[in-house]
Amino acid sequence: MNVSTEKNKGIVTVFVKEERLDAHNSEELKAELNRIFEGGSRDVVVDLKQVRFIDSSGLGVLVSGFKNASTRQGTLKLSALQTQVKSMFELTRLHRVFDIFPTADDALDSF
Amino acid sequence: MKHDISLDITIPNQTRYLSMIGRIGESMAKEIDCAEAERELLADQLTTVLTEALVNAIKHANHADPNKEVHIRINMAGKELAIRVYDSGCGFDLNSIHAPCFDSCALDDAGRGIFIIRALMDSVEYKRTNGGNVLEMKKQLP
Repeated sequence: MNVSTEKNKGIVTVFVKEERLDAHNSEELKAELNRIFEGGSRDVVVDLKQVRFIDSSGLGVLVSGFKNASTRQGTLKLSALQTQVKSMFELTRLHRVFDIFPTADDALDSF
Repeated sequence: MKHDISLDITIPNQTRYLSMIGRIGESMAKEIDCAEAERELLADQLTTVLTEALVNAIKHANHADPNKEVHIRINMAGKELAIRVYDSGCGFDLNSIHAPCFDSCALDDAGRGIFIIRALMDSVEYKRTNGGNVLEMKKQLP
């Protein structure tokens, strides 16, 4: 999976650089998030600007990351959801769980 | 003039083929005769349903065995869309799968696939067929 990470004032932003986040590649994002949390970070932004499509496996990995952050008294926020991605969050009511922002900078400013 | 489309596809039981089938679903939706906004929504829904149904067949029904195959049949006839996904596993009880818990205190990582398919299609059935099972999903088109 193609991702890049940036650390700013203790907050890690993960930019997912894939068109699809699905059952084929979502475990790789899970491993990346686990590495970030095990490295001592607890506040994370996952930027989905380039993700046109997400399935239930992709949602599951973000839920797993959210729970992982919460157990460490941190949080996982999301940014830049495209149409199908936004619809999937609404369909599964997960938009009520995550803090979702228009851009990664907006998400960073909210901490 | 007839506009009916019927596709029969067999893929290896591997998730690397999800994006290919998703693109096929997206292309099929572009052939539906309706307003552009509706067509784009249908393209997203068709891609989503195909992906969820395939993951269900590949990972759960066929237990991720890379030597097995999944067979997909898509029919668009008149105003009806029918998608059938055939697996060769031992099956499951569709009625035993409930909607995921929406309480943020009890979040599950998994278990949203069938819920999503049910939400996007008009009817969903899972039944035994020759040597396996078929997940049959139907939807009336605009």
